[in-house]
Amino acid sequence: MKSPFEHLDKVLEHSIRLQIISVLVVNDTYDFNSLKEIVGISDGALASHIKALEKEKYITVLKSFVGKKPNTKYKVTERGRTIFKKHLDGLEQLIKQQRLK
Amino acid sequence: MKDKEDYEKDLASIRKMMERSVKFISLSGLSGVLAGIYALAGSAYGYYTLYYAQPNFENYGTTNQDQRGLILQLEIVAVLVLLFSLGTGLILSARKAKKLGVTVWNATSKQLLNDLLIPLCSGGLVVIVLLTKEYFSLAVPMCLIFYGLALIQSSRNTYDEIKYLGFTEIILGLVSALLPNYGLIFSALGFGVMHIIYGAVMYFRYEN
Repeated sequence: MKSPFEHLDKVLEHSIRLQIISVLVVNDTYDFNSLKEIVGISDGALASHIKALEKEKYITVLKSFVGKKPNTKYKVTERGRTIFKKHLDGLEQLIKQQRLK
Repeated sequence: MKDKEDYEKDLASIRKMMERSVKFISLSGLSGVLAGIYALAGSAYGYYTLYYAQPNFENYGTTNQDQRGLILQLEIVAVLVLLFSLGTGLILSARKAKKLGVTVWNATSKQLLNDLLIPLCSGGLVVIVLLTKEYFSLAVPMCLIFYGLALIQSSRNTYDEIKYLGFTEIILGLVSALLPNYGLIFSALGFGVMHIIYGAVMYFRYEN
């Protein structure tokens, strides 16, 4: 049997990134400020985690304007969704295994 | 390596993020109760003007003009009830959001408003058309049915109770369409009694 650790994803090991991806998986798009509010961290920290997820192509950035104000939204990619699901399976299996011990 | 507790914490935070980002949790149950009370007051006023202040309403004694005036009066009362209910809902939701430490105007509430307004405005226009064509008996059933559809549509972004309230409104609307002479009673039931019941349930479930 495959080890459940193989499902776990290094990038998503970090709990803030996991939270960001969780929000994006259940919402079509989500904007920066709403994301900041729900995760509850500073602008800078959120921006750096978003950059990390973007670099791995887990999420894409949609830039538009509302009037003259820039409005940045994020969307999960198919790749991000698949890796998130695998990661979730891995977590589930690990917890089940440890319960049996 | 992380241990079991960390993994469980991860799972719990995923669930929390998913729920909180999809649900507009600032919706206030109390505002539902108050909206219900306004609707009951409005219906009572309508009932009084139709059946007591104008005892001859259904007789030939009343002129067409009297009827027009009465119907206009009822329409104004309905619009006032709607405005007061919306105002109360906004104020109380803003207050609850402040207490929960979140903003009212976020991605979730925008989505909710979008889902709510499309069926609601379509319904509003249908009702205006019906009223101008003098199909008065269909106005209340249409209001109830479109309101129910709007609630079901927007329920994915808020508490599940809203969906059941939506189904209840649609059923009441359909029954009311079958019994055209009881429009006032059905609007009192649908907009008054149901809001009070569901508002109270939500208040005791989520705000205490």
